[in-house]
Amino acid sequence: MKNSTQQTAVLEYAIRLGDDATVLGHRICEWCSNAPFLEEDLALSNVALDYIGRARLFYGYAAELAGDGRSEDDFAYMRDEREFSNLLIYELPRGDFAYSIVRQVFVDVYSLAFLTKLQQSSDATLSGIAGKAIKETKYHLRRSKDWILRLGDGTQESHDRTQKAVDALWGYTHEMFELDAIEQQLADAGIGVDSTALKADWLVSIKAILQEATLSLPTEEWAVRGGRSGYHTENLGHLLTEMQFLQRSLPGQEW
Amino acid sequence: MNLADREQSSGYLAHLKHRETSDIPRLWDLLDCVMDPEIPVLSLWDLGVLRNIVDDHGTIVISLTPTYTGCPAMDVMREDLQSVLYENGYKNVRFETCLSPAWSSDFISLQGREKMQQYGIAPPNPDYCAGTCSSSKPVVSIACPHCGSKHTKQVSEFGSTACKALHQCLSCLEPFDYFKSI
Repeated sequence: MKNSTQQTAVLEYAIRLGDDATVLGHRICEWCSNAPFLEEDLALSNVALDYIGRARLFYGYAAELAGDGRSEDDFAYMRDEREFSNLLIYELPRGDFAYSIVRQVFVDVYSLAFLTKLQQSSDATLSGIAGKAIKETKYHLRRSKDWILRLGDGTQESHDRTQKAVDALWGYTHEMFELDAIEQQLADAGIGVDSTALKADWLVSIKAILQEATLSLPTEEWAVRGGRSGYHTENLGHLLTEMQFLQRSLPGQEW
Repeated sequence: MNLADREQSSGYLAHLKHRETSDIPRLWDLLDCVMDPEIPVLSLWDLGVLRNIVDDHGTIVISLTPTYTGCPAMDVMREDLQSVLYENGYKNVRFETCLSPAWSSDFISLQGREKMQQYGIAPPNPDYCAGTCSSSKPVVSIACPHCGSKHTKQVSEFGSTACKALHQCLSCLEPFDYFKSI
């Protein structure tokens, strides 16, 4: 049985994971009707849909834990930028196709390891969501990996753009492997994931993928962080403005 | 692995058990008329989405498992089930989402696989590996549901819905949906 501090921590954790999925899901949605060709449009929209589905499960669980009448929609649509706690890499703009694909490779490799661990959580709901989501992530990774190989080892133009994306995103990857006090507490209790332990394997996989794609691993070390504490890049505000517009104008509106 | 073997997969047998051991078989039979909104030849039972039906002191509790987390058809499925139950005098209905064990294409019934094939969708094949796959599985191709040719290619990892991928037959040239194996 969880004590009340732990219950609050799990609530916060579910919101964070929901924020990650919502923000990336919305970001990928921006490709809908803008992708390079029709099949890719469908593929990206489907990946986005998987993330929105994942967000609903995490927010739904958060709503259940909060027990104060808030619904999944309240978490997505009625919170301000500073209340969002997604990792920064998820909110960065969609960029060009190479940029979106590189981000996807970085987060897919991470998610696969993260969800594998979360499946072992002593919290049955978190474990159940992870078990469901991991099947989708495996599929996402197969596709994003396929694409980075084609882009990196493609034309000079696709190679250059992909390398540029790798360099531009690199500093946002470190935050994925850091824990704050809440996450540490949950990791210690066997509920959350100790993501610091995932970094070494992530790096090995990413190195191998980049090498196969004839891309180089960035040597310049820089890091931007702050998402979990609500300190965001300017991109999140713009994303929320569009995403939350309807519920802000017409609160409680339903289809 | 042939279709008959597939029917015996452990996932399917566990799924089947709920129905076979149920003390309210008439409700399972009644709900066999509720079809998947996207593949209207498949019942929710055939698809493996309808996981359990329990009579909780007069309230019918329906457990559903989403094929994919973001599947937008889930709301329609709930409405369709609710209306069939309502028309048959079951006014109190509650829905539960069952996440574990996660839905697998193994839950699709043998009958469902056949109906899917006849409808023009290639049923899932766990031996098929799309894209860059590092496993040592032998290369198998998906048979065209229209002409049966195995000379087919994948056009996109994703098709018209989250649960399908887009393939094309290189013999009859028809594009077709392949129901992904997960």
